[in-house]
Amino acid sequence: MRQTQAKSSRPLSPHLEIYKPIPTMVASIMHRITGAALYFGMFLFSWWLFAAATDAAYFDWVNGLFGSLLGRVVLLGFTWALVHHMLGGVKHLVQDTGRAMEKHFTTKMARLHFAVSIVLTILIWIAAYAAR
Amino acid sequence: MSMRTPLGKVRGLGSAKEGTEHFWRQRLTAVANIPLVIIGLWLVISLVGAPYSEVRATLASPLVAIFIALFSISVLYHMHLGMQVVIEDYVHGELRKVLLIMLNTFFVFFSGALVAFAVFKLAFGG
Repeated sequence: MRQTQAKSSRPLSPHLEIYKPIPTMVASIMHRITGAALYFGMFLFSWWLFAAATDAAYFDWVNGLFGSLLGRVVLLGFTWALVHHMLGGVKHLVQDTGRAMEKHFTTKMARLHFAVSIVLTILIWIAAYAAR
Repeated sequence: MSMRTPLGKVRGLGSAKEGTEHFWRQRLTAVANIPLVIIGLWLVISLVGAPYSEVRATLASPLVAIFIALFSISVLYHMHLGMQVVIEDYVHGELRKVLLIMLNTFFVFFSGALVAFAVFKLAFGG
């Protein structure tokens, strides 16, 4: 019992909120947040496939939800999360080999990461709208 | 009598009993996800706003069905690994942690079951 109490009152090392946000840190945090968002986003894809396998009425209903204003906002966020997480993933794969670790370079790369993910997301949506 | 050397018997058996498997599979699925997600985006873009009959016909074609199976296996595996790390990092109560790690697996399998049902029905259901 005493041990449990001692454990709960142990001091903790300072967490994220005490640090000033810098680009590499924000990119890293966003990599994890987008990953968690995509975890639930994948369910939208599963659900959409399930709807396509069910029947026309259900598929149209699900498509209607996805096509509503809220649905579009969620899907836009999903697209951005996907692009951002994928770019971050490629960066991590490169860094796994020991390359691209210099601090000024990683800061530049983090800034570029946000810009590129936003531009790619817009291009994907233009392509989606142009397809119909 | 075992012919394995003492070193061979313990190699890879860290506290998690699986060595670098988690790290490796995370990278393996990450690499696989790059082409799979790009093709997946292209597939979804090509089907946005398409009539039901066209969506069904596309999803039922062999290459698309095989693609969706590969895409889903890789993505679901990757997200299972990722969410496990997030849970391990932020959930400190032992019971809550174990329950959430179980829930992670259940969620991934449930999502996978929806995909499996859809792929089989669309491809073989006629």
